[in-house]
Amino acid sequence: MQGLEVRGLTKRFGGLTVAEDIDFDLGPGDRKALIGPNGAGKSTFSNLVTGILTPTAGSVRFDGRDIGGLNEAQRVRLGIAKTFQITTLFQDLTVRENLRLPILERERRGYRFFRAADGNAQTEAEVRDLMDQFDLGPLADSKVANLAYGQQRLVELALTLALKPRVLILDEPAAGVPSSETHLIDDAIERLPADLAVLIIEHDMDLVFRVARRIVVLVQGRILTEGTPEEIAADAKVRELYLGGSHD
Amino acid sequence: MTPLMKSWAPPLALLALAIALSFLMPFNLAFLTRILIMVVLVLSLDLVLGYAGIATLGQAAMYGAGAYAAGLFAIHVWADPLAGLMIGAVAGSILAFVSGLVLMRTQGLTLIMLTIAVAAICHEIANKARDITGGADGLRGIHMEPVLGMFAFDFVGTTGFWYALAVVVVIFVFVALITRAPFGLSLRGIHESPDRMAAIGVSVYWRRVTAYTVGGAIAGVAGALSAQITQLVSLESFSFTLSAEALIMLILGGTGRLYGAVLGTLIFMFVHHWAAANDPFNWLFVIGAMVLAVVFFLPKGIISASAGLARLIKGARHAGS
Ligand SMILES: Nc1ncnc2c1ncn2[C@@H]1O[C@H](COP(=O)(O)OP(=O)(O)OP(=O)(O)O)[C@@H](O)[C@H]1O
Ligand SMILES: [Mg+2]
Repeated sequence: MQGLEVRGLTKRFGGLTVAEDIDFDLGPGDRKALIGPNGAGKSTFSNLVTGILTPTAGSVRFDGRDIGGLNEAQRVRLGIAKTFQITTLFQDLTVRENLRLPILERERRGYRFFRAADGNAQTEAEVRDLMDQFDLGPLADSKVANLAYGQQRLVELALTLALKPRVLILDEPAAGVPSSETHLIDDAIERLPADLAVLIIEHDMDLVFRVARRIVVLVQGRILTEGTPEEIAADAKVRELYLGGSHD
Repeated sequence: MTPLMKSWAPPLALLALAIALSFLMPFNLAFLTRILIMVVLVLSLDLVLGYAGIATLGQAAMYGAGAYAAGLFAIHVWADPLAGLMIGAVAGSILAFVSGLVLMRTQGLTLIMLTIAVAAICHEIANKARDITGGADGLRGIHMEPVLGMFAFDFVGTTGFWYALAVVVVIFVFVALITRAPFGLSLRGIHESPDRMAAIGVSVYWRRVTAYTVGGAIAGVAGALSAQITQLVSLESFSFTLSAEALIMLILGGTGRLYGAVLGTLIFMFVHHWAAANDPFNWLFVIGAMVLAVVFFLPKGIISASAGLARLIKGARHAGS
């Protein structure tokens, strides 16, 4: 099958089981959300899928191929990319340079020695488009370290989109973004290519319900239930375990 | 100033400075040449440490490998200077690549210790293999042919100076191009966040091995240059002192900036030259005080003071107009 197929994925840190026997599919065009209380194992799950962590047991397949033996960078080159819950940017580089890097690497130009990194008109146009999309244009030549946290979150998302992935995992993209700017995240997600497979991890239920067509609920490393937003909203277990507590 | 003039002005100013110094200090050409050789070594360190963020205290390993390789090549095979430089570059890059395969798997303190160890091992091998290297007496009997078949090395060191200056220019342009290219940008990316580089699909390990290898080639050129001009290779080429001094020069000038590497080397060498002449025992205190001052007041190196100065001048001009 096309896309991601996760079977029996399990991860233990010592005695602590953070992912337990997770089955999960994500195909082209999917818009899924992964929700669950703090510490449920959502970020860990995304790290297992992207190869940042190695699972204790279970398998991850992509387009029918077992990618368990591939490291993070190799999976990214296949088209599986994620944004980080904790902003991980090139702090001392400008916004423009932060966005240029993934494009150069996506096009396998990282080993060019004698051409100016900023010398390709097409790359630069793409960088500008990305910056425009997130209202980052005026900050193009500011170092990322000097940006407000919300703006850094936007760079984080733009940087990952610059990879033009086929599977995109968004780990709390809106966390820390001021409400005046969350529409930029919304717009960006709305404008993603229709055939992109998207998994969004998010605490902001409004955003989840706007974006997701299916929702997976994770509790203590296990999938509690999966369904459409309507089903999840009506699910008594979910209301009790999760929504009842933290959703206002 | 137009952007073009802006980018050409500093290197031309440096070149003019070098030439002016050669006329101002005609009896110190050997000293000036020594500075030029160190500039090449420090540029290699800047690429490896300043740009790629590879913590090393063993850049002398590749310098020494280049020096011995070029020296032996000149004695036993061919005494052509440019061919010797190539051999030095190849020797430096091979050593960097082979050791880099292991070293680049480590980081931080472990990496630093291992880079020191590699240089120490090279030192020991050169010491033991005295039949080939001359051991502690050094490798002697290097007699170079004229550069390009035209410029014979002379007693005063005129040819040596101009030859070294030409090599510095070539290496500087080479490193400047690399650091502006996608490869250089990726090295800065690795320096900033190796995690994020992996997350955009880069094999950080191989990128670092490549950077270390290129840096090794340049350090090898510096060593070869030294062997050819001084006609001697000593065990000191592999010494910890050399690695450490190169690092101090880079920190003084400013890491990750090519002009920083040049400026730091100039300042260190001149301070060394004068302070050591006046007080052979305490000159290190002068250097130590300078390093402390730079670390505390100019953490981005003395070169960063020039940016502040430029702003100041600009501000004064604006105020005047
Ligand atoms: N490297 C690690 N070593 C040990 N325990 C870890 C490690 N990483 C995560 N954990 C633990 O695993 C559990 C799940 O963490 P994870 O970050 O995946 O949760 P999450 O669902 O993303 O939470 P949040 O909503 O707060 O982001 C937590 O209890 C955490 O403390
Ligand atoms: Mg998380």
